[in-house]
Amino acid sequence: MAETAVLSTGSAAPPSRRRRNWVPYALLLPGILWLIVFFVLPMVTLASQSLQEGNVDDGYVFTANFSIYVDALKQYWPQFVRSFVYAGIATGLALLLAYPLAYFIAQKAGRHKNLVLVLVIAPFFTSFLIRTLAWRTILSDDWFITTWAQNLHITDFLQAVGLTDNDSLLNSQFAVIMGLTYNFLPFMILPLYTSLERLDPRLIEAAGDLYASPWQTFRKVTWPLSLPGVVAGTLLTFIPAAGDFINARLLGNTQTTMIGSVIDAQFLRVLDYPLAAALSFILLILIVAMVSVYVRRAGTEELL
Amino acid sequence: MSEQSKGDLSLVALTKSFATFTAVHPLDLTIPQGSFFALLGPSGCGKTTTLRMIAGLEEPTGGRIRIGETDITDTKAYQRNVNTVFQSYALFPHMTVVDNVMFGLRRRGDKDAKAKANEVLELVQLGQVANKKPTQLSGGMQQRVALARALVNRPDVLLLDEPLGALDLKLRRQMQIELKRIQQEVGLTFIHVTHDQEEAMTMADSIAVMNAGRMEQLGDPATLYEQPRSTFVANFLGQSNLLRARVNPGGTDDMVTVRAHDVDLEVSREHLPDGVGDVWLGVRPEKLRLGESGGPNHLRGIVRDVSFSGVATQYSVEMPWGQELIVIQQNDGSNRATLGEAVTVSWAAQHGFALDASQDAEAGAELVDDHG
Repeated sequence: MAETAVLSTGSAAPPSRRRRNWVPYALLLPGILWLIVFFVLPMVTLASQSLQEGNVDDGYVFTANFSIYVDALKQYWPQFVRSFVYAGIATGLALLLAYPLAYFIAQKAGRHKNLVLVLVIAPFFTSFLIRTLAWRTILSDDWFITTWAQNLHITDFLQAVGLTDNDSLLNSQFAVIMGLTYNFLPFMILPLYTSLERLDPRLIEAAGDLYASPWQTFRKVTWPLSLPGVVAGTLLTFIPAAGDFINARLLGNTQTTMIGSVIDAQFLRVLDYPLAAALSFILLILIVAMVSVYVRRAGTEELL
Repeated sequence: MSEQSKGDLSLVALTKSFATFTAVHPLDLTIPQGSFFALLGPSGCGKTTTLRMIAGLEEPTGGRIRIGETDITDTKAYQRNVNTVFQSYALFPHMTVVDNVMFGLRRRGDKDAKAKANEVLELVQLGQVANKKPTQLSGGMQQRVALARALVNRPDVLLLDEPLGALDLKLRRQMQIELKRIQQEVGLTFIHVTHDQEEAMTMADSIAVMNAGRMEQLGDPATLYEQPRSTFVANFLGQSNLLRARVNPGGTDDMVTVRAHDVDLEVSREHLPDGVGDVWLGVRPEKLRLGESGGPNHLRGIVRDVSFSGVATQYSVEMPWGQELIVIQQNDGSNRATLGEAVTVSWAAQHGFALDASQDAEAGAELVDDHG
C-alpha cells in the first residue's frame, strides 16, 4: 500500500515517504519486544546468576566468580561430551531415515502428499513426555521387540559395541539414542521436504541425459541442491537433542546422563543456581561455536 | 568420448500409449546422419513424446530406435550418446556456466573437459561468462549455455525441445540463424521439435509434420509448402485457399481439369492424388494474382477487406458462393484493388494442388493462431 501511495502521488510526497521508512521498524517492534523480554533479559539474569555466590536460604551476592566455569567444565565434561555424541549420532540417524522419506513425499507422493505430511507431524498431537514414556513400553523386556532382538542376536551385537550393558534394550545408551532420533525426526523431515520439494525434476532428467548414473545424479545434483534443507534439518535436530533432559532420564541409566539432566537436577533438586546457570552458558557457547563452524564448512550461503 | 559407430537414426514402428490414449502411433522414420531435422506439429501431437523416447526419458510401448547399426531402445538415458537441449534449459543452478558445460564430459572421465568446454563456449560466444552462475545470465544466454552443454559431448544425435520458445521474437530469429550456423559447423544430427512452422522451415533440411500422434507428411520445407498432401499440412504450414471441386474425366498427361462451383479450373496432374473424384483445390494466397494472367484459372469476386502490411497487401475476395479467398500481393507496383471493387483472381495451373475432399478443410487452421 505504501508503495502504491508513493507512486501515485509522485516524488513530492514527504509524508508517505516518511511513513514508508518507519513501517518496517513498526512491524519489527512486537518481535523485538518479545525477544527482549523472553530472551535477552533471561540471558542477562542467567549470566549474572552464574557469577553469584550464596545459597537459596541466605540469598546471593554477585562476586564475579569466573572460576565456577572452570570447575563446572572440570566436573561435568563427560556429560558434555556424551550429550554431543548422542545428539550427533541421533542427528545422523535422523538424516538417514528422513532423507529418503522427504524425497518420497516431495517428488513421488503426488496427491497423497498432504496426508503423508500430516502423518509426519501427527506425533506432535501428544506430548513429548508421553511419547518418550511410550518408548519405555516399546523397549521393555516383556515386549516382542526385545524378544525378537534377542532371537536375532541384535542384543548381542549392541552389547558387543557397548550400546547396551545386558540382554535388555531399555535403560541403555541405545535406548537414549533411539529416543532422541525418534523425538526429533520430524524436525529433520520438514526442512528436507521443503528443499526437496523445490528441486526441479527436470534437472534430474538433464543429469541423466548428460550421462550421469542415478548415483552420480544424486551426488552431483540432488544432494547439493538439498543442502540448505540438510543444514536446517541437522541444526533443528542437533541443537535440541544436545540439550535434551527427558530421553536420558526416561530411557537411560546412571551412565547415560546428559548435560540437560545435570542442569535440570542442579536447578530443581540441588538448588545450586550459579552452577546450573554456568552449565547452561557453557552449553550455549559450545553449541553456537559448533554451529558456526558447521554452517561455514557446509558452504550453503550461496544456495540460500 | 564414446567411439561407437555413428549413423542414421531410425525409428521403427515406434509407439507410445498411455492408459487412455495413444500419444504416438507406430512411427517409422529415418533421419540421415548430419541433417537438421524438424518435428513440427501443434501441442499434443506427439512430437515431444517422440523426442523423449529418443532421449531415453520416456519408455516406448513398442518399436525400436537405432543409431546406425546399434539398437538403443533398451538402454537408459545416461547410456545413450544422445543429448537434449531442454525447453526450460534445465541448467544446474549450483554450478557455474563452465561446470554446467563440463558436466557430461566429466561423467565420462574426459581429461580435456575444461579445454573442450571453453572451446564450445567460444563457439556460442559465451567465453566471457564462463565463471558466472546461470541465474546471472539473460534468457538468450542461458539458452546458448544449454546448447553448449549438449554440443560439447558431440552426441550422435542432438535433440532440441522447443529450444527457442521462451525467447522474444527478435532473439528467436537471431538464434535460428545461429543454430543453423552451428549445426553446419559441427555437422551433428540435430532433431528440432517445434510448433512454429516458420522456425521449422527456416532451419530444417527436412520436416516431419505430426498431428494427433501420426506423421502427416515428411519432406523438405519447399515440397511441404508447395505440395502439401493433406489439408492439415496445407493449413498448418502457411495459409491455403481450399475450393471444393470435382475432377473432370480425361485431361492431358500434364493437366487435369476440375469443376469448382460451375467453373472449370486446371491443375497439374502430378499435384492430384490418384483415384480421387472429389477434391479440395488448394492455392497459396501469394500465388493468386489480382487481374487476368492469361491462364485458364480465374474467378471473379468482390474485395471485402484490404490490409496493407508494407511489403505486401492482403485482400479478402468474396466469391459468388460466399467463400472468401485470401490474396497476398507484393507491393511491387502492380495494380491494386479497393474495398468493394469487383476483381478477377487468377493463378497458374502448376501453383494449385488437389487434396482428397474427405478431409476437413479447416484441419490445422485453428491451431496456427494459438502459437503466433
